[in-house]
Amino acid sequence: MASIASSSEAAGPPQGARRRLSALREKETWTAYLFILPWVLGFVALTAGPMVASLYFSFTDYGVQQIAGFEKTSRVGLENYRTLLEDPKIALSLKNTFVYTLMTVPAKMMVALGLAMILARIAYGAGFFRTVFYLPDITPPVAIGILILVLFNGSVGVVNRALGLIGIPGPFWTTDPNWIKPSLAIMSVWTVGGTMVIYLAALKAVPQHLYEAAAMDGAGPWRRFFNVTLPMISPALFFTFIVLTIAGLQTFTEVYTAYFGAGSTGAEAPDAALMNVVYLFRQAFEFFNMGFASAMAWILFAIIMVITAIQFVVSRRFVFYQGGDKR
Amino acid sequence: MSAGAQENFPTGGAGVATPRVAHGPLGGILGRGRREAEGPRFGGVKNIFFLLLLAGISILAIYPFIWLVSASLKPQADVFDNRLIPSDWQWNYTGDPSPVPGDERLLALPDTPVLTWIGNSVWIGLLGALLVALSSAIVAFAFAYFRFPGRNALFALILATMMLPGAVTMIPVYLIWNEISKLTGETGSLAFMPDIGVNTQYPLWVPNLFGSAFYIFLMRQFFLGIPRDLFEAARIDGDGYFSMFRRIALPLAKPALIVVFIFELQAKWFDLMTPLIYLRDTALFTLPLGLKTILDQQGAGGGGEGRWEIIMAGTVITVLPMVILFGIFQRYFIEGIATQGRKG
Repeated sequence: MASIASSSEAAGPPQGARRRLSALREKETWTAYLFILPWVLGFVALTAGPMVASLYFSFTDYGVQQIAGFEKTSRVGLENYRTLLEDPKIALSLKNTFVYTLMTVPAKMMVALGLAMILARIAYGAGFFRTVFYLPDITPPVAIGILILVLFNGSVGVVNRALGLIGIPGPFWTTDPNWIKPSLAIMSVWTVGGTMVIYLAALKAVPQHLYEAAAMDGAGPWRRFFNVTLPMISPALFFTFIVLTIAGLQTFTEVYTAYFGAGSTGAEAPDAALMNVVYLFRQAFEFFNMGFASAMAWILFAIIMVITAIQFVVSRRFVFYQGGDKR
Repeated sequence: MSAGAQENFPTGGAGVATPRVAHGPLGGILGRGRREAEGPRFGGVKNIFFLLLLAGISILAIYPFIWLVSASLKPQADVFDNRLIPSDWQWNYTGDPSPVPGDERLLALPDTPVLTWIGNSVWIGLLGALLVALSSAIVAFAFAYFRFPGRNALFALILATMMLPGAVTMIPVYLIWNEISKLTGETGSLAFMPDIGVNTQYPLWVPNLFGSAFYIFLMRQFFLGIPRDLFEAARIDGDGYFSMFRRIALPLAKPALIVVFIFELQAKWFDLMTPLIYLRDTALFTLPLGLKTILDQQGAGGGGEGRWEIIMAGTVITVLPMVILFGIFQRYFIEGIATQGRKG
């Protein structure tokens, strides 16, 4: 404990030093609390308080009448959650979200890893290609939503033109319910650059002597990949797995831009694009069913927590932290 | 405790003085310019094969940008001809080609103040990024430098909040702002104050005053990498804690501050949901919300006549500033991401 104080403070007669030390510690403690005050205030006002409020609202009929002050908020017990279970659109939006996440996360991870492994070993041009592959990732999501509409347009879009050149009749990506999510997912894989950069950094940190030792033991490229590369970069894989999954489950902007709002694609927004957060947003801020939307938010929270917990438990067996290198 | 102390208070080693390999939080920035010997490279034919493959994938990565810019320079009828070089050029950004309503160029569209939107996005982005970088740095420094009761528990709490989906707090936070607008509105008891609630831009940047979990984490890791002696030296010179933070810690943390600043600038430039929730008046919109409005008004579905050349011009204006920013600060983008990924 004495190491907290700088060496000059610790020197001197033991008795006085101890007193000065404790005074110093007290001052340090109060200064520290002062320094973290912004976060504490924000946590109370913007996170903890709202969480409690949100949980409370999820058991009430809080809606547009109550916001305007025309009616009193009344508690409705589990009614919102019961409605949730019966609302077919909830099940639909959850299904859409899961399907989309299942499409994007593995695809992004595999593409990113493939690119990163090539970039790590290419003799020249690695920096150039890294920049090029990262560029899509700085495209604002609203722009991506618009790009989906124009590039994947069924009759005049460039994707179907390209498919036509090799003799494949392209589907009507943006209107056919079966192809809306795949086109969203393909566009999501386009923005793979960030994940790739993470993998590239992890690959560069793998000690070369491990590969040399494995090669000397007669391990071929595949063995080296599975027994050296994958375990050594498993913390990065795990990290992106979690982050991409959470992001996928909360997809909003691209989908909302392309298919929802004040009639970008006509009155009827396609059900196949109804993601969970999109539906939540519409319930809360277009129909002002705040109580119901709060219940939705808590269900989403629970789902994310459960999935993340499963990911943590499962990956405990696969993630290898070198020398206790914790994240 | 001693092991933890060792880990949390490095007294040299992994710091500015002795840069390490680009590994670990901001290690790349800390150890700028120095890299460990690289691994084996592809040779000969293999190298050529992979170069060609990468070139092919590069086309896929770049093509949408080129398509976009070129479509924004075509007349309405040609937008979907999918030529990369327009056969007929048309400037869709400025000017007023004809007095016919419904034929205006992007910046002359009625009720669509694009320049104002750009200005709004720029100042909200800059202000928000500056505020969150400073507030996160203060909090992060406290967690890196001081020892105080509850430090580890509080830090764990900060990490835990990173997992919280924004959807959970979105509604109550909106209701708080809604109450604030009632108070500061014309009939409210705080009417003497400026109007700061819903349908003002305050909800877009005020939360940045309180730091942000991910940035606090990132900055703390950076501060831990700075030898403690540097701070102590300032203390011995008679500095108070805050002046030590301002004079020593902040300047040393410049690379991390830039990373946080850029990440937040990007987040603000990307954000559609917050403006969508809080802003009603067209003049207050940020660029993403403005672009969405243009899409809804001019796109085929919203009763517009499908003026995609205008929508493409608007999209270019939204994308281009990020490309320029990336061009200038590429190193910070890449190394910031490489350290830990980014805000979910």
